[in-house]
Amino acid sequence: MAAPLPASEPLSRDLERRLIAGLRRVLPHGCLLTTEEERRPYECDGLSAYRRLPLAVAMPQTTEQVRRVLTTCQELGVPVVARGAGTGLSGGALPLENGVLLSLAKLSRILSIDPANRVAHVQPGVRNLAISEAAAPYGLYYAPDPSSQIACSIGGNVAENAGGVHCLKYGLTVHNVTGIKFITIDGDEIALGGESLDGPGYDLLALMTGSEGMLGVVVEVTVKLLPKPPCAQVVVAAFGDIVHAGEAVAAIIASGFIPAGLEMMDRLAIRAAEDYAHAGYPMGADALLLCELDGTREEVADGIARVREIMERCGATGVRVSQDEAERRKLWAGRKGAFPAVGRLAPDYYCMDGTIPRKHIAHVLAEINRLSAAYGLPVANVFHAGDGNLHPLILYDANKPGDLERTEELGGEILKLCIAVGGTITGEHGVGVEKIDQMCAQFKPEELAQYHAVKHAFDPRGLLNPGKAVPTLVRCAELGAMHVHDGRMKFPELERF
Amino acid sequence: MDADLSDALAQTVRAAASGEPLQIVGGGSKSFYGRAARGKPLPVAGHRGIVDHEPTELVITARAGTTLRDLEAALATHHQMLAFEPPHFGAEATLGGTIACGFSGPRRPYAGSARDFMLGARIINGKGEILSFGGRVMKNVAGYDVSRLMVGALGTLGVLLDISLKVLPRPTAELTLTFNLSAEQAIAKMNACAARPLPLSAACHLRDTLYIRVSGSEETVRAAHAQLGGDRRTDGEEFWRGLREHQLDFFKTDTPLWRLSVPPAAPLAPLSGEWLIDWGGTQRWLKSNARPTEVWEAAAASSGHATLFRGGDRAGEVFQPLPAALARLHANLKRAFDPAGVLNPGRYSTAW
Repeated sequence: MAAPLPASEPLSRDLERRLIAGLRRVLPHGCLLTTEEERRPYECDGLSAYRRLPLAVAMPQTTEQVRRVLTTCQELGVPVVARGAGTGLSGGALPLENGVLLSLAKLSRILSIDPANRVAHVQPGVRNLAISEAAAPYGLYYAPDPSSQIACSIGGNVAENAGGVHCLKYGLTVHNVTGIKFITIDGDEIALGGESLDGPGYDLLALMTGSEGMLGVVVEVTVKLLPKPPCAQVVVAAFGDIVHAGEAVAAIIASGFIPAGLEMMDRLAIRAAEDYAHAGYPMGADALLLCELDGTREEVADGIARVREIMERCGATGVRVSQDEAERRKLWAGRKGAFPAVGRLAPDYYCMDGTIPRKHIAHVLAEINRLSAAYGLPVANVFHAGDGNLHPLILYDANKPGDLERTEELGGEILKLCIAVGGTITGEHGVGVEKIDQMCAQFKPEELAQYHAVKHAFDPRGLLNPGKAVPTLVRCAELGAMHVHDGRMKFPELERF
Repeated sequence: MDADLSDALAQTVRAAASGEPLQIVGGGSKSFYGRAARGKPLPVAGHRGIVDHEPTELVITARAGTTLRDLEAALATHHQMLAFEPPHFGAEATLGGTIACGFSGPRRPYAGSARDFMLGARIINGKGEILSFGGRVMKNVAGYDVSRLMVGALGTLGVLLDISLKVLPRPTAELTLTFNLSAEQAIAKMNACAARPLPLSAACHLRDTLYIRVSGSEETVRAAHAQLGGDRRTDGEEFWRGLREHQLDFFKTDTPLWRLSVPPAAPLAPLSGEWLIDWGGTQRWLKSNARPTEVWEAAAASSGHATLFRGGDRAGEVFQPLPAALARLHANLKRAFDPAGVLNPGRYSTAW
């Protein structure tokens, strides 16, 4: 397989000894993992195709310990990779063999729920779903709901700007976080925003959100809490033709109201999900749309009527509306469990994350099917159709020689297709190491250089999560995948960052 | 007349690196904001025109010099709107100026701010390079979120060229209700309402009256009225426009106007002057002759920040002073985008 990162220079014996001694001084007993056995569980995140054993795993219990881990690494010039729950799908938390893995898992306290200002102050290791559970007694909840919300942490959500099924109506992490505290590699604690809707200065909160641990380490998050909608129902529509389902998505968005969620599954995904979760999906359908309506009783009733009419007009062969909460949960269980369900169809799967303008959904799905046949690799599609955020799951067998290489190549083709129709290579999973080469296709050298300059403003020595998210210009040039803009290839000074 | 002046503008910025710095000038409607501008004017209003609007995608892309008036008229023909309800502050207000100032109107606490609707931008950095960030799709995490960083940066990090925004359908019905309440009572009620699933779209308190707007379908609005009570106003639209455009009597003054951004339930800060409480409690306007340091200290004590929005000393600092480490990051970022300091020098801060 393609090496995701350049091989890292091993630390000298002496430096390694000083690092471990330094970390021991700042961390309590049991919070520094150094044996291979202890470090092994941290060798990968949710993208398990890439693995690296970190030099050491630091597990601070306090913000001050985080700060001292960072300054220790900074003083010795050792790179640091921050990690939340390790559920990320782009290898953003892939460790470095010559670096420290900084786990925020022990910073897992909900500091306070403030019902008057409708915010929660939480540490980065708090699980996404735990926030909504803690806010529930006040009739409030935290809206972004990535599929991994039982396990994923809010710190990781901030690092990746995580989305979820309901972000169609309620926005992404960036729209639902009002403040963070983070620590720079120099050990400065910086507070951005808070309980008000904006902070002073440049919008660094937006810049930090989705920055994949490249700019600072988040140690506290203030999230917005919303009143729980009194009513929610889901409409499930089956289509005999995926093109019709794609048209229904565009028609719903164009009709003048925004549902809470609008998800699509194709034939392969429907069958896998049904076998797995027994949600009651129609097995013969070519495509399924799940459309959630929430709000007041009036809003939901109005929405259901509109959605039903549009689905039928676009050729739905069957439309079902959840009648009670148990049925609604069951219908969603199929969608939320779709990834593991598809995972049962093959030894391995590779999840893509391109986002496209919604009007191209039908065309892009047809192209993906064509590519799938050409490569001889099945692809299941289960995705956030309302946002145009695709998740093609390529099924393969890593033990079969050549399968992974062909999978990566097919994935690359799919991402190129997304860029070609005006989309992006990643909607919510992040670039990490996984899509770093595709960044060369989406951005021109001057843009990548600007990203490096931003990184440099926060982390001049490049010690925070080096090698992720933004490729070096040298890497892009070597790939030969340098994008040609305005009919000419540009090679500015390559050596700087 | 629509025109794409990108290349000419980029060339001017490149030339400025070895010459006189530039002050970016759009429609001029927001020249009162920020610190007094200096440098050679760089007119950008001619770089105008809607580049792309696909109503079914809920996305509009326009050049920065496009007037808000033209943009909103184009959206209105498809029953769509800029949901952050930006103030114009003048007929010549441009999209670029609105985004550079990061202004949002009464709907902001319930629908989102200018930066929330930002999807992507093409900019000229201080080196005169034309760069694209973000895109025209709803979700995009490829690269740092530079387009949102531009919102409210007052052109100090880049000249905005094209901007892609998410737009929303217009609600079919809106209703304004009023309640006779003191400021303290109004703050409590605005927050109590926001904690309930009501279709709020604005909430403001001025001189013993709380104004609440609800939006949605006819049915939804009717049901909300039944729950909320209050007196139905027939001049609601006019009131919210007056508030958004600072044309209410409250704003007709020579006294310095401060904007305080505080937690929505925070008690009123102990500052002399007259208050108007908007955004459900979180944005508060204060007419006051208090010393800037006094206002900044009071805002910080309320866990918020304050901006000298209009009037007062425009040669001094107008934004809440930043802690040293954060100020350093700002200076670093300014250098990252504009190493020679040619874009709107001094507009944001005396330091950069």
